[in-house]
Parts: sequence; structure tokens; C-alpha cells
Amino acid sequence: METKKAIISVKDLVKKYDDFVAVQGLSFEVYEHEIFGLLGPNGAGKTTTLEIIETLRDKTSGEIIVDGFSVDKQPQDIKQIIGVQLQAAGYYPNLNLIELIELFAGLYGANIKPMEMLEKVNLQDKAKAKYKALSGGQKQRFSIATTLINQPKIIFLDEPTTGLDPQARRNLWDLIIEIRNAGTTVVITTHYMDEAEQLCDRVAFVERGQIIALDTPDNLIDKLINSGFERKKEVKKANLEDVFINLTGQEWRE
Amino acid sequence: MKKYNNLTATLALAKASFRSIMRSPSAVVFTLAFPLIFILVFGFLGGGGTYIDVGVTPGSDVSNPVMGMLEKTGMIRLVKDKSKAEFDKLLEKGNVDAMIDVHKKVNSAAYSVNVVYTSASRDKGGILKSVLNNIFYDKTLKPTVAEIKESTVKGREYKTIDFILPGQLGFSLLSTGVFGTAFVFLSLRQTLVIKRFFATPVRRSSIVIGEGIARIGFALIGALFIILIGHFFFGFTLVHGALTVVNMLILATLGVIVFMGFGFIISGIAKNESMVPPISNIITLPQFLLSGTFFSIEAFPNWLQPISTALPLTYLNDAMRKVAFEGLGLWDVKFQIMILLLWGIGIYAVAVKVFKWE
Repeated sequence: METKKAIISVKDLVKKYDDFVAVQGLSFEVYEHEIFGLLGPNGAGKTTTLEIIETLRDKTSGEIIVDGFSVDKQPQDIKQIIGVQLQAAGYYPNLNLIELIELFAGLYGANIKPMEMLEKVNLQDKAKAKYKALSGGQKQRFSIATTLINQPKIIFLDEPTTGLDPQARRNLWDLIIEIRNAGTTVVITTHYMDEAEQLCDRVAFVERGQIIALDTPDNLIDKLINSGFERKKEVKKANLEDVFINLTGQEWRE
Repeated sequence: MKKYNNLTATLALAKASFRSIMRSPSAVVFTLAFPLIFILVFGFLGGGGTYIDVGVTPGSDVSNPVMGMLEKTGMIRLVKDKSKAEFDKLLEKGNVDAMIDVHKKVNSAAYSVNVVYTSASRDKGGILKSVLNNIFYDKTLKPTVAEIKESTVKGREYKTIDFILPGQLGFSLLSTGVFGTAFVFLSLRQTLVIKRFFATPVRRSSIVIGEGIARIGFALIGALFIILIGHFFFGFTLVHGALTVVNMLILATLGVIVFMGFGFIISGIAKNESMVPPISNIITLPQFLLSGTFFSIEAFPNWLQPISTALPLTYLNDAMRKVAFEGLGLWDVKFQIMILLLWGIGIYAVAVKVFKWE
């Protein structure tokens, strides 16, 4: 296996709230140019971990290095090389998409053409629309566009496909793969295992603030099969989602 | 790596915020529409002043100096050409405030004047009484009446608009500062917009300053609009013209900055958006009523005066009126400015404690 360079390294990360330990001793590395998935049930500590890496939240202890910068000492440097999509974040009220992109360009000090950013996520037709007027899939694509403004080395996507219909979800996968192919490292959280299987180069399973497994989806599945696991039902060559896509078309709609 | 520029970020925020405010109906209504409606109402009301309608009893002598004097006061409108019965009805309803009957005295050059007041219009009757007393020593006119000395109040005509406009302007600044700031920061916090900002290299101070620039800019445009409409349509007095306007805008800036402090505090205490209006009203309503927005605070009972003289809007209104109508410079209203600054220091000290980013 080729040696890969770690762009994010997390060591013994601990986050305690008053009477609750959200993250207890997480360690993992994210390699350059991969799509890395953090998987796990709600409340497992995925979002907390992401927000600590994103410099949005203080940690209790542990060490985190992002592209050579320490979250403790150089949070400003980290902010300049990452793009962040928050779960359920809104945008400045009363502004249209172009104006929102202009705002973020100013916040990042980036010199970009707003229309080109919208074209990247195929929203050029919605340039004059308000964020609130967008469909779920469009909202997520716009959020991703705002993460790309500063040409980041890493982007963080927190449950970007939650609540989307199958077409919009596939469309978003294509976009994420495109971004990765353009040289950006992607860290993503999701509840959908089919999504993780298709999209992620490596995944980490988080449970009660700890990593319980970390590998490529293939290896994890093989390991399980080798341990003698068998599905109760014989797997068919297609599943219900394939039927849905086949019946309603690959073409995704607004 | 390119050096990060805080100014660019601040200006980008100011621009975004300004666009957002201009598209927010409530901001425009509170800052412009409300004050303009009040100015409109009082502008038209105030133009006329007080009139006393005095009926001339049928049969009364009309070409005598008494009538002339009364008309010359500019306060009294003589109502003629009605029958005795009609006048009685008007008098009963108070539509005519008094009746006057003038007759030449028999065997004399003097006139005898009979005045009938009505209990339906006691206050105006009282004014008439004092007007008459000013003209006559008693109700029997002497031919030497022209000697009665008249003193004219010196100075400019003080119009209702000169009182109302600065008060409305102050209130507009208060609502923009308090409601606008409170709503914006609460909603930015709740919709995680600020959190998303924090994921960019922007500084917290840039967020506050950017918002401040936009709100001050908007408030000043509103103020300028109100002043110009007041001046050109309702004859609002600007003693030194453009210089007075500039001075007023400087005061307005100070006012908004102080009042925005209330907004920061409210955004910190309010748990959700529906809590903003009640808390904001606790701050704005007393000032609306007690800070000399509509009535001079001297008109309030003694026990209310200390409250009035404690409110910041009182000083802004006071300074505005002195600058606009009396033509004073900013240095002349330094006392008012100082009180506002003290309020500002106090408010921001609290704001720093209670303001929440997340």
C-alpha cells in the first residue's frame, strides 16, 4: 500500500461538558486527497469532533494538527485553509446567493467571481434567489459552494445529504467526488451506510466518543464476512433504491 | 500566504448588513414610516395653532376699534351673519367659544362691550378673557385704547414641527438602535450564521463593527430623510442650514451607538425572537412617552420629572432641539453629550457581560 501523507492528525482528543464526556480519547488521521467518513449514531460525538478540528469549539485535552498548524496555537491559519459546512446553518437574511458569496469572499479575503462559484455547484440559475427559497438539495449545494470560496485544502461536510431525495443525494455525491478529484481533502459525517460505502475512501466508526473501527469500507466489510457474518436474506443484484432511481430517472429535479 | 485583511472583512459585513436592513420591512417602517407619519400628523395639526371663535351678536356695532383689535390678535375669528337662535345653539355646543356685543354708550365716545362665555368651552373662554383684559383695563373701552402697549415675543416663530421633529428623530434612532440590533444579533446567533462566520478568519470585532457601520449608515440616511422632509414640506427650522444638519447627524450617530448597546443587551438576554419586542418595548416605550418626544417634559407632574431627566433619549432630544432651533453648536450641548456618553459607557459595560455569541 502506498504511503499517504496525513493532513489532519488527531491524538487523544477529549471533550468534556459539565457532566458529560462527549469525546473520550479519539485518535485518527485523515490523508491528503481522500474522502474520510465519520460514521456513528446521533450523539456519538461526530459533530463535536468536527467542530473542534474546525476551531469552533475548545477541546478539553488532546492534540490536533491540521496541515501543520496546531488548533491551539494557529487557529487563524487553520481557518484560512479549511471550508466548513455546518449542520443546519442558515445564511445572512434578505440576501441573494450572489450577495452571500460576495460576503464570504470578503470574510475570507478571497478574490473570486461569485458567478463562477455558483457554476461550480450548478446554481447559476438561482443567482438572484434567496437562500430560503432553495430546495433542500440546492441549499446543500450552496453550502458547499461557500466552503470552496477560499480554495481550501480540506472541507468539512456535516451530514450534507440528510433529508435529500435519492436523486439529489446522488447529485451531491458526484459534486463531492468532483471536489476531491480537484485536489481537496473531504471530511464528511453521515448516517447513511450506502453513502459512506460509495463515497468514502476510509471511514471511522464513532461510538460513545470513541473510535471503534477505522478502515476502508471494503476492508471493514471483508473483515465482517471473514468473521462468519451472513445476511439473513440473500442479497439481490439490485435494491429498492435502484428501483426508485430506475423508475423516477437519474435526472434530479429542483 | 496572502495577508488576511480585517478591513475587507468588516466592509463586506457592513455591505451585506446594509443590504439586508434596506430589504427588511420592519426596519424601514420603524425608522422612516412611523416618524414621518407622526410628523405629518403634527405638521398639519400644528400649522393652524389655536383659534377662538367669537360670535358677534346680531345688532352689534361692527365698525368699532374693539372688533379691529380682536381681529388683529390673530387668535380670534369673528363669526358674523347668524341669527340669535343659531348662535345660541352653537354656543351651547361650544362650537362658538363666546359671544360679543359692542354698543356705543349713550352720550359718550366710549363703547360698552358685553361678553358672554359658555361653559362648553371654558378654556378658550379663559383665553379670550385674558385677551380682552390685555386690551381693556375694564370692559368699558376708552378711546385711548391705541395706547395699550403690546409686547411682541422676540425671536423666531417656534412651530410645532420644531418641537415634534427632533423628538421623532430621536425616537427613530432609538427604535433602529434597539430593535434592529437586538433582532439581527439574536437571529444571526440562532440560525448559526455567526457560527459559520467563526469558521472563517473574521474577527469578532469585525462582525460587531461591520453591523454597527451598516446600522449607523441606515439610521443617518433615515435621519437625513426626516430632516429634509421636515424642512422642505413643513418648514422645520434649520438655523445654520447645512451646518445644522451636519451637527444633527453627528448627534444622531452618537445616539444610535448608545442605543445599539441596549440592542446588544437584549439580544443577549432574549431566549428567542418573540422575547425581543416585549423587552425592547420596556426600554423604548418609557422613553417614547417621557423623553419629550411629544410633550415638553416640563409639562409632566413633578414626581415624573426625575424619571424623564434620567433617560438618555431626553438628552438626545434636548440637544437636537437646541442645535436645530436655537442654532447652538455641539460644544454648547456638551452637557447633553456627556450624559449620553455616560449612558453609553454604562450600557456597553452591561452589554459586554450579557452578550452571547453562541
